[in-house]
Amino acid sequence: MPKPLFVIEDLHVSVEGKEILKGVNLTVERGEVHALMGPNGSGKSTLAHTLMGHPRFQITQGRVLLKGKDVLSLPPDERARQGMFLAFQYPVEIPGVKVRHFLRMALKASKGEEPSVTEFRKQLFEKMALLEMNRSFSERYVNEGFSGGEKKRNEILQLAMLEPEMAVLDEADSGLDIDALRSVANGINKLAGPHMGMLLITHYQRILNYVDPHFVHVLFDGRIVRSGGMELAQELEAKGYEWIAGEAVA
Amino acid sequence: MAKKAVEAPQADYAQKYGFRDSEKPLFQARPGLSPEVVKEISGMKEEPAWMRDLRLRALEVFRKKPLPTWGGDLSGINFDEIYYYVKPTDRQVRDWDNVPQYIKRTFDKLGVPQAEREFLAGVGAQYDSEVVYHNLREELAKQGVLFLDTDTALREHPELFREYFGTVVPLADNKFAALNSAVWSGGSFIYVPEGVQVDVPLQAYFRINAEKLGQFERTLIIAEPGSYLHYVEGCTAPIYSADSLHAAVVEVIIKPGARVRYTTIQNWSTNVYNLVTKRAVAYQDSIMEWVDGNLGSKLNMKYPAVFLMEPGAHGEMLSLAFAGKGQHQDAGAKMVHAAPHTSSVVVSKSISKDGGRSSYRGLVKAYPGSVGAKASVRCDALVLDDDSRSDTYPYMEIEEEQVSIGHEATVSKIAAEQLFYLMSRGLSETEAATLVVSGFIEPVVKELPMEYAVELNRLIQLQMEGAVG
Repeated sequence: MPKPLFVIEDLHVSVEGKEILKGVNLTVERGEVHALMGPNGSGKSTLAHTLMGHPRFQITQGRVLLKGKDVLSLPPDERARQGMFLAFQYPVEIPGVKVRHFLRMALKASKGEEPSVTEFRKQLFEKMALLEMNRSFSERYVNEGFSGGEKKRNEILQLAMLEPEMAVLDEADSGLDIDALRSVANGINKLAGPHMGMLLITHYQRILNYVDPHFVHVLFDGRIVRSGGMELAQELEAKGYEWIAGEAVA
Repeated sequence: MAKKAVEAPQADYAQKYGFRDSEKPLFQARPGLSPEVVKEISGMKEEPAWMRDLRLRALEVFRKKPLPTWGGDLSGINFDEIYYYVKPTDRQVRDWDNVPQYIKRTFDKLGVPQAEREFLAGVGAQYDSEVVYHNLREELAKQGVLFLDTDTALREHPELFREYFGTVVPLADNKFAALNSAVWSGGSFIYVPEGVQVDVPLQAYFRINAEKLGQFERTLIIAEPGSYLHYVEGCTAPIYSADSLHAAVVEVIIKPGARVRYTTIQNWSTNVYNLVTKRAVAYQDSIMEWVDGNLGSKLNMKYPAVFLMEPGAHGEMLSLAFAGKGQHQDAGAKMVHAAPHTSSVVVSKSISKDGGRSSYRGLVKAYPGSVGAKASVRCDALVLDDDSRSDTYPYMEIEEEQVSIGHEATVSKIAAEQLFYLMSRGLSETEAATLVVSGFIEPVVKELPMEYAVELNRLIQLQMEGAVG
């Protein structure tokens, strides 16, 4: 039996001595899109950063297996090379570095070989066309002066170029107006497929109007308290997170 | 931080850029400085009496002036141990075939011949104290452009030379300008006639290759009205066991409506004291641009100046300094507004790492009557670790009320979030830090000729290896 693509096993994480994640369990297979919903402070961003290896978060217990191998001891760059990807909620500015140059370096670093200039250009323009992005975008400095929507689309462009096996998207929809949201969601739909597992972390249900997840989970106070299908997201939308809070306390 | 990581860039530097040939100079002066040595230098060059007398007067000034007490630590220089003149070959060669083999080998490693084929109009390569090779393209000669080593210019164009020499940087200007005036040798002389646009950058490579050898080249550029010139100098120097002194003087005269850009990539080995006086005078509606990259040397003190003498004159300074282990980059700019409606822009970028120190030291001066003058200064410093240091000394002498002066300074580190973001895309920590640094200096690098930009990025990459631990 082949190993599952991605398994989070009893993950406990602390920040400055305070436990944020209190035993998260989740399995994502290739071809699956999982939505992880949760209110503010439930530990969503902590989970996203921990999965990619941010040094600020201390893992006190548990494992994260990518293709059967525990990645928790690996630095972020090694995780990327193993096939992981994180789309950031707040992408960082890298002044003076062009999107085009950054993507080429990232591609070289994560795949271990440098594509030829022509090959790279072809690939870049194809992906930009797929995501309905203007070519001039690749000449801008990474995230510098980008609108909220441009930053999120730039993350999706990186996802498209790097073709990871396991993608975590942290609040890909936050702060977007309806047009930008639709455009980002379209990008996600085009890129999701049988070769990739996807974990879509979101506060609001609205992005799920455009992206159909196979599974929906609710993160509350550091634990996944419910799992189900789209109907769970709709129930959440109707009843609000207070509903979950009430149940959790009970 | 691991100790090994700190040592690595130095080892690489020696291996990749520390090459040197064994040299057999044809003449070598005695170490130390005296009127006899100065007379000997002048005599060897068969100079006119006025130049010999000027050298001797400059020597007097040099002896009288105390060492500057500001800037960097100059106490390590032993003036008595320095050779003030070394002559590597006894004659000038114009033809590449006549360039000695050992010099060619050095240039091969630097990539000079290749660069020449594609980009250069002429190459002036200073090897030891004298320019041994000077190739001028035919069309430049046809346009009346003179591009010579400074010694030859004095011989072949004595009137022109005497008219401008020492008018921008007088021999008594400062201690090291006086020293240069006393013992100068080599450098470039460029004359661009009225209305002539030199559309390819003129380049010169400088290199020290004799232990304890001082380099005192002297460069003089005259741009007649409406002309344009881009001059580029760059250097990568070998490693030495003893300290070495480099005290150049550069004078630029930009007549009305002319434009000159002067680009320098300085990468002396880290035992060199680089004490350079660079100054330009800009007349009506002219433009002077300094682009200055300082990577090497032990102590670098350099403050290129533009004297904006007539209305509409514009001065620019784009500078970049990298201070690594044991290095002090004390660099900046002087913009002197001496006429109405003059303008100046200073952009300074510095990087300090492994205990290196970089300082911005700059002056903006507006004389009474410089109505409508505009000046802006922006200094950004990137400090890569806690052992390293960055300072800013912006001097403002504003004697006119109707001027607009702006100054902005930032000091930053590479943010942990930037490293995490880049590493999440597969870049190693060093690659991530290098990319942030290369982005930081991009505003200066993008102004360089392409092959210099490539070379500079490669040098920064070398310096960065193992920078973050």
